[in-house]
Amino acid sequence: MKPLEDYLIVDFSQFLSGPSASLRLADLGARVIKIEKPGTGDICRTLYTSDLIMNGESSVFHTINRNKESFAIDFKQPEELEKLKKLLAKADVVMHNFRPGVMERVGLSYEDVKAINPQVVYGEISGFGANGPMKSMPGQDLLLQSLTALTWLNGNEEDGPVPMGLSIVDMLAGAHLAQGLLAALYRKATHQIGALVQVSMLESAFDFQFETITTFYNDGGELPVRTKSNNANAYLGAPYGIYQTKNGYLALAMGEIPVLAQLLKCEELKRFPENKFELRDEIKTVLAKHLKTQETQHWLNILEPADIWCSNVLNYQQLFEQEGFKVLDFIQEVAMEDGYSYKTTRCPIKIDGEIFTSQKGSPKLGQDNERIIKEFIDC
Amino acid sequence: MRPLEGLVVLEFCQFLAGPSAGLKLADLGARVIKIERPLKGEACRQLSIKDLFVDESSLLFHTINRNKESFAADLKNPDDVALVKKLIAKADVMTHNFRSGVMEKIGLTYQDALAINPKIIYGMVTGYGSKGPWARKPGQDLLVQSLSGLTWLSGRKSQGPVPFGLSVADIMCGNHLVQGVLTALLKRAKTGKGVLVEVSLLESVLDIQFEAITSYLNDGGIIQERGDVEGSAHAFLSAPYGVYKTKDSFIALAMGDLLFIGELLGLDFSAYQDKQTWFIKRDEIRTLLSEKLLTENTPHWLKLLGDKGVWCGEVLDYTTLDALDFAMPLKQQIKLEDTELTTTRCPIQLDREILTSEKSAPKVGEHNKILLNFLND
Repeated sequence: MKPLEDYLIVDFSQFLSGPSASLRLADLGARVIKIEKPGTGDICRTLYTSDLIMNGESSVFHTINRNKESFAIDFKQPEELEKLKKLLAKADVVMHNFRPGVMERVGLSYEDVKAINPQVVYGEISGFGANGPMKSMPGQDLLLQSLTALTWLNGNEEDGPVPMGLSIVDMLAGAHLAQGLLAALYRKATHQIGALVQVSMLESAFDFQFETITTFYNDGGELPVRTKSNNANAYLGAPYGIYQTKNGYLALAMGEIPVLAQLLKCEELKRFPENKFELRDEIKTVLAKHLKTQETQHWLNILEPADIWCSNVLNYQQLFEQEGFKVLDFIQEVAMEDGYSYKTTRCPIKIDGEIFTSQKGSPKLGQDNERIIKEFIDC
Repeated sequence: MRPLEGLVVLEFCQFLAGPSAGLKLADLGARVIKIERPLKGEACRQLSIKDLFVDESSLLFHTINRNKESFAADLKNPDDVALVKKLIAKADVMTHNFRSGVMEKIGLTYQDALAINPKIIYGMVTGYGSKGPWARKPGQDLLVQSLSGLTWLSGRKSQGPVPFGLSVADIMCGNHLVQGVLTALLKRAKTGKGVLVEVSLLESVLDIQFEAITSYLNDGGIIQERGDVEGSAHAFLSAPYGVYKTKDSFIALAMGDLLFIGELLGLDFSAYQDKQTWFIKRDEIRTLLSEKLLTENTPHWLKLLGDKGVWCGEVLDYTTLDALDFAMPLKQQIKLEDTELTTTRCPIQLDREILTSEKSAPKVGEHNKILLNFLND
């Protein structure tokens, strides 16, 4: 039995942040019902990335919404809202990521749901919090990355702002919501009380940078400076970074410079008996020039036995061929109700030695209406 | 009432992944006790960024380990191990990120812990899981990023691999450990039995790539290339998505109706009526956008585009960010003996309450005395 098997989650959220949280809960055993607008459904269904359409809908949607049911209902109609409330009355968790005010207007605020379900755990994700001057701004990942200064940590000094190439703030907010919901469910299990759990993309982006923001606050407001080349962390000295080799790349996470000079047979590096932070650009330049002279494996063969933290730099194709990846069993195949099947990743958490997979693919819009109505509404 | 009040967590973890999980559990109400070697303590105490120290320990350590207690114990000394076992008997959760074999040697594996406390939740963090040829590799953030394919998603094609500039694998793994431990608490509430939770840096950093990996798996194994002009911000997204230079600074443009944006900017985008071109010809389109956006300052564009509902925004740094009103409620002050430090706070709000805590990181063994009394209760 999966750990969350008895839990019912009713999820109004769209796009990535909220649905990534409910995916985690689904994988851990909860039953997740997506509430979608008839006709169009979750906007993510038509949010195409890389032009990849799978079975008529976006690859992103299929990735984030597998292992869920879909209930299409127009809850702006009063009769439909009453029906929906019957479902909400039985839910352990109700969650959404509408902008502040939307759920209040339709009569499904925390207080409204609590009135019909006193022990409900109600979760919400906003862009910038329920109050405050930014509350009506769009909570979009790239805008949040840009606003919270995340873009100045990646790339090299002269590159300008470099965003992280995936929706990291959405995923963090989703991860934090899942944590808040689970913590509140634990309190409910032990004390029989419900909860309102709120996270925002803004706070999640701050939390992600807790080390660097705390450094900024306590270092006289010094801004991060990325290295001129091979940057991997604005706050770390040489050699921390990725270097080009004759046939690929090498990631180098640490190593005393004189030791590296010896191991790599790099005369020029011996100029740096001390690894001074101010000299990191110079050291990296010397290292970069030297590492280009041989293939990646050549360097790995020297550095790994000496316990220097280093590795190859792989793409998906190369990674999937590695034994170290294969043993993880990280890829699963799921199938939709119409038989369309696709491959995707699995839950990253293992409990009691069990990896959590599920064959259930993403739902077609409204595919579970009949069953849900019978089970929760016409009963 | 904080949700984890009354729970005791023993943290044998070092550095970032495990301790960041401990911090979240502490902010959610748990009593988190670091088990550290006497005198030197956890290794992160000596790991500093920019050589910033608060007392004998680095600012970094203080950031990750506030709101915790410390019990100093030498795990090579049988007397100390006996005390730690007594603590385990009273704890709800223990976490560690030792390499395989270490807890076996000390005698504190999951099976050992269960024998002491049949209801213990035992959380383990590894780099790459416990099987296969990578199980013994150092679980270090940059290396995990590099192996996982993550470095090909940011920046431009000609930049080569571009890692995330902070320890994203560690932090996500910490988040997943919290999720796992909380799920285990729910499981234990039903079964009354101990639970083993395992997470790894590699699986965690693969999890955040679930969209990109799923696309790769279902798109005939095509490795998606990043764009190679200014503005490229995401290997899988069409123009205009990206960050562009303006006359005075930068502007971020999220996904939006390119034709409408072109109209507002006075650009002729008639060649891009077909939405597919927004992806296929994104470099060309981004070049046109870049040239135009360079001609005026950011506030001009934000007004022009933002007023019409286009998703756009400023690109701030820590100084300009900190000057904004909303930054204030996101910080908290931590009090120490003779100083104070400013840090971030828990990103989760509960029952409209912000979860802060003034408690600073402990000194090594600061709570031995209190905890010895606790053992005798």
